[in-house]
Amino acid sequence: MTSPRDLLSPGPSVITAGIDLLAQALRDQAVEVTAVDFRPPTVDPDDLAGGAGDADAVLAALATVLADPRRAAATAEAARRMTAVRAQLVDVLPAGQALGLRPGEFLHAGPPITWARASGPMRGALIGAMLLEGLAGDADEAEAKLAAGEGISLSPCHDHHTVGPMAGVVSPSMWVFRLVDPESGAEAYCSLNEGLGKVLRYGAYAPEVIERLRWMSRVLGPALAAAVRTTGPVDITAIVGQMVQMGDEGHNRNRAGTLMFLRQILPGLVTSGLLADDIAEIAAFLGANDHFFLNLVMPCGKLMGDAAAGVPGATVVTAMCRNGTDFGIRVSGTGDRWFTGPARYPQGLFLAGFGPDDANPDIGDSAITETMGIGGMVMAGAPAIVRLVGGSVPDALATTARMYEITETENPAFALPILEFRGSPTGIDVTRVLRTGILPQINTGMAGRVAGTGQVGAGLVTPPMQCFTAAVLALAELVPPVPGTPGA
Amino acid sequence: MTDHITLRRGVYHDSVTLLRISRAVADTPGVTAAQVAMATPLNVELAVQQGFSVPPAGPDDLLVAVRGDDDAVRAGLAALQDALAAADRASVGARGVGATPAPRTVRAATREAPDAAIVLLSVPGAAVTGEAMDAIAAGRHVMIFSDNVPLSDEIALKDAGARAGVLVMGPDCGTAVIGGVGLGFANVLRAPGSGGTAVGLVAASGTGAQQLSSLLDEAGVAVSHVLGVGGRDLSREVGGRSTLAALALLDADPATGHVVVLSKPPHPAVADTVRAAARSARTPVSTVLLGEGGDLTTAAEQVCAAVGVSVPDWPRWIPDGAPTPGSVRGVLRGLFAGGTLADEAMLVTGPVLGDIRSNIPLRPALALPVGAGAGRVPDLAGLGHVVLDLGDDAFTAGRPHPMIDPSVRLGQIAAAGADPAVGVLLVDVVLGHGADPDPAGSLAPALRTAVTARDATHPLTVVVSLCGTGGDPQDRGAQASALLEAGAAVFVSNAEAARYAAGLLAAPTPAGTPSEAP
Repeated sequence: MTSPRDLLSPGPSVITAGIDLLAQALRDQAVEVTAVDFRPPTVDPDDLAGGAGDADAVLAALATVLADPRRAAATAEAARRMTAVRAQLVDVLPAGQALGLRPGEFLHAGPPITWARASGPMRGALIGAMLLEGLAGDADEAEAKLAAGEGISLSPCHDHHTVGPMAGVVSPSMWVFRLVDPESGAEAYCSLNEGLGKVLRYGAYAPEVIERLRWMSRVLGPALAAAVRTTGPVDITAIVGQMVQMGDEGHNRNRAGTLMFLRQILPGLVTSGLLADDIAEIAAFLGANDHFFLNLVMPCGKLMGDAAAGVPGATVVTAMCRNGTDFGIRVSGTGDRWFTGPARYPQGLFLAGFGPDDANPDIGDSAITETMGIGGMVMAGAPAIVRLVGGSVPDALATTARMYEITETENPAFALPILEFRGSPTGIDVTRVLRTGILPQINTGMAGRVAGTGQVGAGLVTPPMQCFTAAVLALAELVPPVPGTPGA
Repeated sequence: MTDHITLRRGVYHDSVTLLRISRAVADTPGVTAAQVAMATPLNVELAVQQGFSVPPAGPDDLLVAVRGDDDAVRAGLAALQDALAAADRASVGARGVGATPAPRTVRAATREAPDAAIVLLSVPGAAVTGEAMDAIAAGRHVMIFSDNVPLSDEIALKDAGARAGVLVMGPDCGTAVIGGVGLGFANVLRAPGSGGTAVGLVAASGTGAQQLSSLLDEAGVAVSHVLGVGGRDLSREVGGRSTLAALALLDADPATGHVVVLSKPPHPAVADTVRAAARSARTPVSTVLLGEGGDLTTAAEQVCAAVGVSVPDWPRWIPDGAPTPGSVRGVLRGLFAGGTLADEAMLVTGPVLGDIRSNIPLRPALALPVGAGAGRVPDLAGLGHVVLDLGDDAFTAGRPHPMIDPSVRLGQIAAAGADPAVGVLLVDVVLGHGADPDPAGSLAPALRTAVTARDATHPLTVVVSLCGTGGDPQDRGAQASALLEAGAAVFVSNAEAARYAAGLLAAPTPAGTPSEAP
């Protein structure tokens, strides 16, 4: 806690929030006034989950959580743990081996979902994974088996220390990155990025998609494993810090990160004993895929989110993700509980030939990048992508300025040169989201609504407020009563 | 000579920042060589050229190499820590180029105003906790003007404030004067340090603090600070948390030579705690309990005596041809903006006039009938002596306080003018920062209209309690003159005004004349 200022010789400046007349009375006395642009928290009835009480109940719960004597220290501790993580890439291996997945077991992005409620791209990715695993001969057969559900299990990546972009489907024969935080020994996993266009994560499952996945399991995964074992652990946190300084926000733009990663593993690749043609193909694949490093940023964020989880009284968001149907968040003080609301449609730019009618609601675990304090949170540092997502450079600065209002801390490891190397806004606080009405800004890709389509665009989206109101109601129930007060 | 070499993982700074940090280490007295840089091959080679033996390292490691005697290395490493911390800190609150949005929360504002010691909150009571917690977390003192803050939130805020070492003034704290700066509704007081003992006030009540501080100022007593604590602070539940903290602050303040604790009757156990704290204070402490005998003017006179200042004649302006005591028939109608001033008026006039009904009654039996006080212009006809606190929540829900917006009171004045049963109209006018810039501008014409509406057999006499100082921006003398010209008798002492009003009505009704009063 900051040391208190001297009250009785207060100096020439006062902060005010509320009635302007009182601020004016201070200005009339030649006192410098910093006026807060205060807006009272409002709870839209639409933001209340079924049976979640009324707006007054939400505001009362918010006050209860804010008055929790544990909150300040607990939230600061959760955020400290989040920023203390140093993610190292230590291995690349098949998901079956890394996560104990057996044939028919699939992980997916977002909160729990069933086949019946799954969106088009989620279904498409699951169909593709069935084909990849040889569990079906064609799409129709795969779909029928998935609908029947026999021998099939779906569970969220997040329940397996894993994160997956877009549909986020992980099946046993896909290879995954293994990241650890050496300090705590915690682990996180993510699949390898397939590139752009028609790809499984956007719900495409055409033969070329399956063929690329087979190449990734046959050539790319083992080669990266050999390279990483040769070069030793790769400090992903350090690369993220540098990519943010180089104009990547780490979610929609990973160009600098990908090239820095390639630079780091190339010597190991070359000396791995692989055929020169394979090495050339791998280098070309990585070099041409600006998003390759996203799948290393995400498990870095997963380690950060997990590190902050489970601090009683802490109001920091530890996961944000979507399954194409629901948006879900987890909060430190409520552990593994999901708070969900309907996923929204992203606003942004479409690839040639596509329009708003082609887009699916928001999907993917990649909002872990915003959870860890980059992505949309650091738009100020990524002017190159501002126009892609429909904004100007001042908009980007304003976006990040808003994000500081709802985050607990600033992460000096991810510093923003344009903001005089201010640390990235980190540790979204559900109470601040409710107080200000400011929702976390998420940069995202857009998947096609129809299974098999692939990517149709990229843009901006925010979570539904309902996730945050539900979380605050749940947090309030966990606040211990204050001794000596009525009702205690 | 010692060579200190460490590699730190996971610390990344750009090369320009590191160059500055490296220079800070190298400039430490006694350090003969130093390098702080990312361990790229080039940087490692430069360190080796300086004679350092560098262990295997990668470009993501921060290389720290310092040479000197043991003390110099220690000092150099301390300088490194400071420079790294400064590099992290320099940017906190930075806004970048171009216009950026105004702060939306108190926390963001505390970053923009690192030197502001006080946060003044007047947001709706249901929303105040978050903003106040932001202030406390940033080590700032908070004045909560807002009312309707739940009791449990008040306790939580005051406990959080105590842990952080900051004072939480309020909720429902209307007045504070700190270091000469008036916060909320506050009068302009003479600066301390001009000789004599300066008095510090701890006050639960807003207009009570304004009346007492204005009278002390009138008497030539300097007031060092007025710290508000909110009306519930001395309740059993809140337990005087802020009163005790404010008392301790004033006790430790070299500018304060005498402390006055001003409150409504506290819970007995809390009163004991406060009295014990007062006894153990190094500074003399007087306690003024409203409603337990005496009034604010008497209290001011006692404080004058305690600090060795002679009591002045409190200024008053009586119009020519004012009625003599006991000559006015009818009932008293008190229309107050200040709750404590209304309370005091009832305490002074009650013993003279008998029962006085009110929306803030002295006894529950004296409450207004259901419905009478609910409207914008409540109908008080036939209720006998009535004193209203127009600053009470029932009148301020959804509209500004009558110290800012006179419209509710103007309606009541017109109603009193139209009711021949009303013999004396008693109103307060509160001056100072935050209050109406010209209250007499609207009040004097309304009073004149009310007075001239009556015929000779049913005259209306107006008495004004004018709470303010000669330094207030409204110009107290001009305000008094305007009210005097409207036919009002004007007093700077609220107790004197009330006593004068009661005295006008006090004589028994002459035999054979039917009373107008119900």
